[in-house]
Amino acid sequence: MLSNKMGKTLVNIHVNGDTREAVIRSADTLLQTLRDELGLTGAKRACQNGDCGACTVLINGEPMHSCLCLTIEMQDKMITTIEGLTDTPLQRAFVDKWAIQCGFCTPGFIINAHALIEKHPDADDQTIDEWMSSNLCRCTGYQEIKEAIKTVLTDTDAV
Amino acid sequence: MIAFDFEYYRPESIQETIEIFQKLDQKKKKVCFFSGGTEFITFARVHQVHADSVIDLKGIPECTALEGKENDLIFGASVHLNQLIEANLFPLLSQNLRNIADHTSRNKITLGGNLNSRLMYREGMLPLLVADAKVTMYGIEGHETHPITQVFGKQSSLKHGQFLTQISIDGSFAKMPYLAIKRTRISKIGYPIVSIAALVKDEKLRIAFSGICEYPFRSRKIEDILNDKGLPVHERIDKAVSCIPGPMIDDRHASGQYRKFVLQNVLEEAMEFLEG
Repeated sequence: MLSNKMGKTLVNIHVNGDTREAVIRSADTLLQTLRDELGLTGAKRACQNGDCGACTVLINGEPMHSCLCLTIEMQDKMITTIEGLTDTPLQRAFVDKWAIQCGFCTPGFIINAHALIEKHPDADDQTIDEWMSSNLCRCTGYQEIKEAIKTVLTDTDAV
Repeated sequence: MIAFDFEYYRPESIQETIEIFQKLDQKKKKVCFFSGGTEFITFARVHQVHADSVIDLKGIPECTALEGKENDLIFGASVHLNQLIEANLFPLLSQNLRNIADHTSRNKITLGGNLNSRLMYREGMLPLLVADAKVTMYGIEGHETHPITQVFGKQSSLKHGQFLTQISIDGSFAKMPYLAIKRTRISKIGYPIVSIAALVKDEKLRIAFSGICEYPFRSRKIEDILNDKGLPVHERIDKAVSCIPGPMIDDRHASGQYRKFVLQNVLEEAMEFLEG
């Protein structure tokens, strides 16, 4: 049985292919631990309520709001943050299609879209919209973001 | 961040869960059962819920079951909504759950968590109400299985120390014509103004509602009215709307009058779809 008493404890977190140590309370969210303990500030602290998607990370390949996860419950999971994705076709597409304005929502969008492309390489518009509605962009760059995603899906088809 | 600290336990069996609860209860600790945890975390962050200890049910095999067993469909209480949607064992449930929150949140929200929600909507209940679902709970006094309406009526009547493990329905409900409709104020994601789940069994419409009054419900009286083919459809709808078993919600999302208007339109759409 996994358990943790009150107070701080040292745990192992599997993130971006590495196993790293973090000192946590049971009440600490994964978002807090990633940013404050592990220095992985790509996941953003915004609404902290699971509404905006800026904190999205992958847990065993599935997108999750890290503000809605306790670190303690993710100890045995494989976590991927935006820092774990480098020079992917999707990130290049975001640059090419001008899908980045202020950039604050970008990590969350890329993580979520990456998971979408991995799981549904033939995703149609309805599926793209369903997945991407989990992320908000205050700059309203939605159209460019969708085009960037579709570019990668089309290229995946072509391969 | 959650300002208070708590103990965390993730047992691997029902028996272990009960033993941990008993130990904590004897020490007078406030114990919360934790499934997806989305509501616990968001409410704890704003000091609207407090716990000394949290027991995570996701490690219990019965709580993560998702299967057809003999003639029944079994849904573990800690299965998250996207798993239920993708498995699609009960298409009405899949269509209904797709309307809850957003895709990423549904990777964490669980069916049991939705049924136990402190919010009044509990939309995951609607397909289970029309499918006469049964719920299985475990606690210090052993296990119990009851119709869902006996446990999750206006409020949850789970006993102290009791936790939900599984929800089951007769598999035949998965093959019936069905429809789920949700209307929100602006965007697709949001609390319902009106949400319904309906299916047709033995040529009779069964329908459950959320967003109308302060709890999700199914009403035999409303169903009898809607199934009375001796009356024109619009008359049936008007009569049915007048039989809502509680005051219509009137809040910042929608006035009571507007909800009534939307409900009438939704019922018209449902009747047209299901009756042809």
